[in-house]
Amino acid sequence: MSNEPRENIHGSTDPQTKTREARTGPGLDNRFNSKLREAFGSSPFILTKFDKFMNWVRGSSMFMLQFGIACCSIEMMHTYAVKHDLDRFGSGVPRASPRQADVMIVPGTIVSKFAPRMKRVYDQMPEPKFVVNMGSCAISGGPFQEGYNVIKGAEEVIPVDIHVPGCPPRPEALVYGVVKLQERIANGESSPVTVKPYELEQFGDLERDELVEKLADDIDEDTLVMRYNWADSP
Amino acid sequence: MSLEKHSADVGVTEDGVDYDELEALLGERVIDRETHLNAEGFVVRPDEVEGTLELLREEAGFDHLSMVTAQDYPDRYESIYHLTKYDDRTQEVSVVVPTDPENPTSESAASVYKTAEWHEREAYDLVGVDYENHPDLRRILLPETWQGHPLSSDYDQDKPQLVTLDEHVNPLAESSKDSESDTMFLNIGPHHPATHGVLHVKAVLDGEQVADVEPDIGYLHRCEEQMAQQGTYRHQIMPYPDRWDYSSAGLLNEWAYARVAEDLNDIEVPEYAQIVRTMGAELCRIAAHMLALGTFCLDIYGDFTAIFMYAMRDREKVQNILEDLTGQRMMFNYFRLGGVVWDLPEPREEFFAKIRDFIDDLPETLEEYHDLITGNEIFQTRTINTGVLEPEVAKQYGCTGPVARGSGVDYDLRRDDPYGYYDELDWDVVTEDGCDNFARLLVRMREVEESAKIISQCVDLLEDWPEDERNIQSNVPRTLKPDPDTEVYRAVEGAKGELGIYIRSDGTDKPGRFKIRSPCFNNLHSLEAMAEGEYVPDLVAALGSLDVILGEVDR
Repeated sequence: MSNEPRENIHGSTDPQTKTREARTGPGLDNRFNSKLREAFGSSPFILTKFDKFMNWVRGSSMFMLQFGIACCSIEMMHTYAVKHDLDRFGSGVPRASPRQADVMIVPGTIVSKFAPRMKRVYDQMPEPKFVVNMGSCAISGGPFQEGYNVIKGAEEVIPVDIHVPGCPPRPEALVYGVVKLQERIANGESSPVTVKPYELEQFGDLERDELVEKLADDIDEDTLVMRYNWADSP
Repeated sequence: MSLEKHSADVGVTEDGVDYDELEALLGERVIDRETHLNAEGFVVRPDEVEGTLELLREEAGFDHLSMVTAQDYPDRYESIYHLTKYDDRTQEVSVVVPTDPENPTSESAASVYKTAEWHEREAYDLVGVDYENHPDLRRILLPETWQGHPLSSDYDQDKPQLVTLDEHVNPLAESSKDSESDTMFLNIGPHHPATHGVLHVKAVLDGEQVADVEPDIGYLHRCEEQMAQQGTYRHQIMPYPDRWDYSSAGLLNEWAYARVAEDLNDIEVPEYAQIVRTMGAELCRIAAHMLALGTFCLDIYGDFTAIFMYAMRDREKVQNILEDLTGQRMMFNYFRLGGVVWDLPEPREEFFAKIRDFIDDLPETLEEYHDLITGNEIFQTRTINTGVLEPEVAKQYGCTGPVARGSGVDYDLRRDDPYGYYDELDWDVVTEDGCDNFARLLVRMREVEESAKIISQCVDLLEDWPEDERNIQSNVPRTLKPDPDTEVYRAVEGAKGELGIYIRSDGTDKPGRFKIRSPCFNNLHSLEAMAEGEYVPDLVAALGSLDVILGEVDR
């Protein structure tokens, strides 16, 4: 039976070796050596809290969603490209699919037509996920804040960890923002979710008011909708 | 009327257009005449639009519909069709169509000019004019469920709105009645690396081939026209043009506003400032074309490869120069009405040396690009004879800029409607006859060379300019209040083509109507003509070769 121990498979009965040389055997190259590794000497173990280790891992290999909206995305591309090279900081792997990314940089103006789509992309990212707001538009609507169609910041739609101000911020500023985010993640600091309730609602669940009544014939009850109350937005 | 005259030449004279002859051509249809600063406007009845435009196109040769402007007055809605010619940009005419305010309906021009289809959809969306016989009058920039027309005067901006997140239905389904249709519907975007921003392409595939494609725009509609209408002429509008075409084409866009506002207010620009403007604008063109090249190759090769990095490296150099000149990397805000905001940076020799270095390196750089890109066999197979856009089709769609010039349409506003210092300099308009994706790329690469030529001539001029004649700005009144109901449409050659602005002043220090004609909007419309029958990767290549910037498509 497979759940019974088998006689012919067992751990090594050789005595534990005392030194690394003895363990790795002769003839291996020392490419895996490092000063740190030498310092550990014969007992190459470190003790840490699992959470701390995981946070360090999360902060040190961040996969960015390849996500361009507006002007800021040009500067974001420069941040990824030769001169500024975000990858140096362990956080510059652009992923085209939200399912492979854990950081979303929101580089640009979010308008009413795009907000539900952006929310859907955000929802498709695996946990834990982080959001960097890039530029004035993503923070507050920026120079377009008074427009009839402009969402006054990404925080109306998704929770945000870091805001990088500027119009657009220089690549250096974005690098700084991302590094700050890494620092916070590594320290296990997560930002409180300060957003208003942002879920998409089903049309049928909306409060019946004039607008809903007017659209009732055109929209299916189960259709997901986002409702903008422009008068109440900041 | 003399019958032996060549049919498309009615009204052509040595120095402009003979509007009386045009009026005679249109005859009874004209009910009134208006004078705009750029051209005469013929007022026609709303049910005479199609006939009027057809006459003007067929008999008088006005084959380029630049833009359709809609606006509402207290007593009427009005659509203005701005017409010009691909052969001679200086000949312009407007057709003004007033409709009654209760039921604003006028005839559609879509059967005469294909490009009117989108322009009229936009006019319907934002202003609320209803176009009869339009093949597909829907909202274009705002979501389908939007209530009201935001640029009409009775719009309440504080009203709540609903936006749905619908699955998209198969647009060909109704044509094939059985439920098991042969076509497949494919959404590309609005979040997709190949769409160059937030564009949604609804594609219907028949097997692997594209049967139907419809760009769905409006995911970056930032209300630019409203923003401009809320700003004062003197200072508050200039920052916005930078944000239309944000691929560092900022100065070119600023020039569009500067040109129209200077014409409207009769402002002179000192010669020195004109040269600085010309130089800055061409640097911007190089930056914009580099980005176009980098992202086009990104589409073809499908990854952040060396070519993209090379293009970004060269953009970085141009941006450094522009930063020295303007103080900003992207949103320059450098032009002022009547000139520029400040002089070249000190020490000037260092600045000129930096530009010279860049220009001197450019031939070698372009050689590299030719090695990497145009010489690559795979690249050629992917781009030659794909995304074909015939010149006549391009004209119907109102294409301009590298897209038109890649189809052999010799149209460039820098030469055809001279502004700035271009007509004093020695350079050529680049055209290619390939009509395909490859030709459009070649046009951009060759235009970079021409821009470099212009820049080096400007540097020569600026270097020798006497110190006490460096006038960067003329005298401009603190508050600009053009006469009420002055109307003007002016365009410049932006990085993507004809970038025009229509302004109607209402006697205050803010424009009464500010309408932007963006080249990308028209160019993107032509995607349907280029992509049908092609494979999906060719659709992506065609989209890349159009080099659309969604900020300018949606405005």
